[in-house]
Amino acid sequence: MSALPPYATTGQRVWYYSFRVICGLIFFFLIAPIVVIIPLSFNAQDFFTFTPEMLRLDPEGFSLKHYRDFFNNDSWQSAMWNSLKIAPMATLLSVSFGTLAAIGLSQQHVPFRRAIMAILISPMIVPLIISAAGMYFFYSRIGLQGTYLGVVLAHAALGIPFVIITVTATLVGFDRSLTRAAANMGADPVTTFFRIQMPLILPGVISGGLFAFITSFDEVVVVLFVGSAGQKTLPWQMFIGLREQISPTILAVATILVAISIMLLTTVELLRRRSERLRGMSPG
Amino acid sequence: MSDTTQNGPVLAADGTPLKRSLAKALRLQKLRALMLIAPLLLFILVTFILPVGDMLFRSVDNRIVQEVLPKTVDALESWDPDSSELPDEAVFAALAVDMKAAAELKVHTRVAKRLNYENPGMSSVFRKSGRKIGKWDVENDGPYKERLIELDDGWADLELWRTIKTYSGTRTAGYFLNAVDLKLGADGVEVRPETERIYNTMLIRTMRMSLIITFSCIMLGYPVAWLLANLPTRKANLLMILVLLPFWTSLLVRTSSWKILLQQQGVINDVLVWIGLVADDNRLVLINNELGTIIAMTHILLPFMILPMYSVMQTIQPTYLRAAKSLGATNWTAFWRVYFPQSVPGIGAGSILVFILAVGYYITPALVGGTKGTFISNLIAYHISTSGNWGLGAALGSILLAVVLLLYWVYDKIVGIDNVKLG
Repeated sequence: MSALPPYATTGQRVWYYSFRVICGLIFFFLIAPIVVIIPLSFNAQDFFTFTPEMLRLDPEGFSLKHYRDFFNNDSWQSAMWNSLKIAPMATLLSVSFGTLAAIGLSQQHVPFRRAIMAILISPMIVPLIISAAGMYFFYSRIGLQGTYLGVVLAHAALGIPFVIITVTATLVGFDRSLTRAAANMGADPVTTFFRIQMPLILPGVISGGLFAFITSFDEVVVVLFVGSAGQKTLPWQMFIGLREQISPTILAVATILVAISIMLLTTVELLRRRSERLRGMSPG
Repeated sequence: MSDTTQNGPVLAADGTPLKRSLAKALRLQKLRALMLIAPLLLFILVTFILPVGDMLFRSVDNRIVQEVLPKTVDALESWDPDSSELPDEAVFAALAVDMKAAAELKVHTRVAKRLNYENPGMSSVFRKSGRKIGKWDVENDGPYKERLIELDDGWADLELWRTIKTYSGTRTAGYFLNAVDLKLGADGVEVRPETERIYNTMLIRTMRMSLIITFSCIMLGYPVAWLLANLPTRKANLLMILVLLPFWTSLLVRTSSWKILLQQQGVINDVLVWIGLVADDNRLVLINNELGTIIAMTHILLPFMILPMYSVMQTIQPTYLRAAKSLGATNWTAFWRVYFPQSVPGIGAGSILVFILAVGYYITPALVGGTKGTFISNLIAYHISTSGNWGLGAALGSILLAVVLLLYWVYDKIVGIDNVKLG
């Protein structure tokens, strides 16, 4: 599909261009709903559609009103702080447990590897409502329901599959003779891990961490069940807003979240390319 | 030197047979690997597997009837539910004792609620009697049969006694039967009355809509994956961002954006009116119905279809297509007979993934589905947080989980969980 050869028939030309148009439309479908939120969030009115002033690009039609609402409203602010308190802790837990296990899983001889892998990936596969219901019952029984710790533990469990997947993928390209060389020169396993292995798999660990972070940061079903009013997160607040009275402040929040996603996506892509480049250079 | 020429086993440096010392090293290696995995496995077990197991157990748990009405259950042992006579005085006396004790602890409403799921109307009989019996002197206030029936003629109903007898065990299949619109009558499984049947419709709707969503994802994802796999790397990477950005964007952002776009006064209807396709007073209803759920979920799940398709299509050699064409195949034949069969694994992987994610969706159907576009998950959430019928919620959840795990197993067989890729 590089370019049309000069001898292409009219039918081939028509197909070539119409195929590109179709793909263009699908890309439009993918991206438009996210992009359209951004200009709408600067609406000076409380409408969810473009006002005539906005279409004329009249500066009167735009304002930062909804952003001001977001930063001055107590429930939005406390929701944001809750999210920022929960997600990093959950990420820390999933990354530390997950990396350790991923290293264990990528050893040459692991008994029951497939079964263990299936269990560790399951939080990603089991429908969220089932995890949420189960955690609600179980955590209320052991007194974790409605506590900060409960939500953090639940979110850490949900983030673990992402850490396992990204870190094991990075470890596939890891050259084992490096750890042997380190051991040969007298490094103990802990030193080998922190000085040799960790720096090399760090991109994978960071991407896994970002995945875990965004999982917790976006998660709403589990927190609805496991959390109480004191753990109301940003997605929870958005969910309530969307279900009850939908206020245009949501547009501003959504735009901020899109900006965060773009930042995370860029970081992950840069890390992935870097690790691909490094892997291309190392043997095996 | 002379040692090695002997016929004995090969020895390691420390004198143990090499075989044994290698086996020991291997064991050590395995142990070390397991030690590294153990903390996480334990963590997942406590925070995730046990809770899910706990929920599954609730779907068959029926201890409540025996806990609250122990004497009645014992006394009913000798009563034949097929007979057309009410249980004898002993049973009623036992019931009076149980009810008084239960009313003091205020637990009679719980058993009332439990039995009401199986036989609507029982709740009021229990509640009303509970209030009164609490004041009785159960030692010498007989005969209880007459008094109880006088209190509420619901106690003279044979069906009520049959229900108590049927649901007196500590385990029950009742919730599961309820979840598929059946019930356990005195003489076996029977179909629920027409007005109480909702769960089968719901299960079928969830399956049907998930299939439609999966199919639309295939139709939209295939051309894009093909384009990405066949463009030069630089361009493909650039376009890939358009696929990955939705993947990374918060689910709630995407759902709220659809909610805003699809409204009757929303952007899409505005554009359609402006072009003149739709009259202003006849705006399309795109939200709070099946269509809204399908559009929004197709958009949300599309990246999960494109990514596996793309990674399979990348491995297909373009030379095969050229070879087919040089052998005289038309473009269509070359695609359909040569390219398409090789891309089927990608379609399979993507479809299972999308379907698994779709059947369990909760947030999007709850927000854009209205009443007609909701899924089984929404019903589970309703039973767990609103109606309080946890057993039924758990049974519906178990059915959903069984479907998902079956597909997970198939996915593992076909694709392998190790090969799941993110971005």
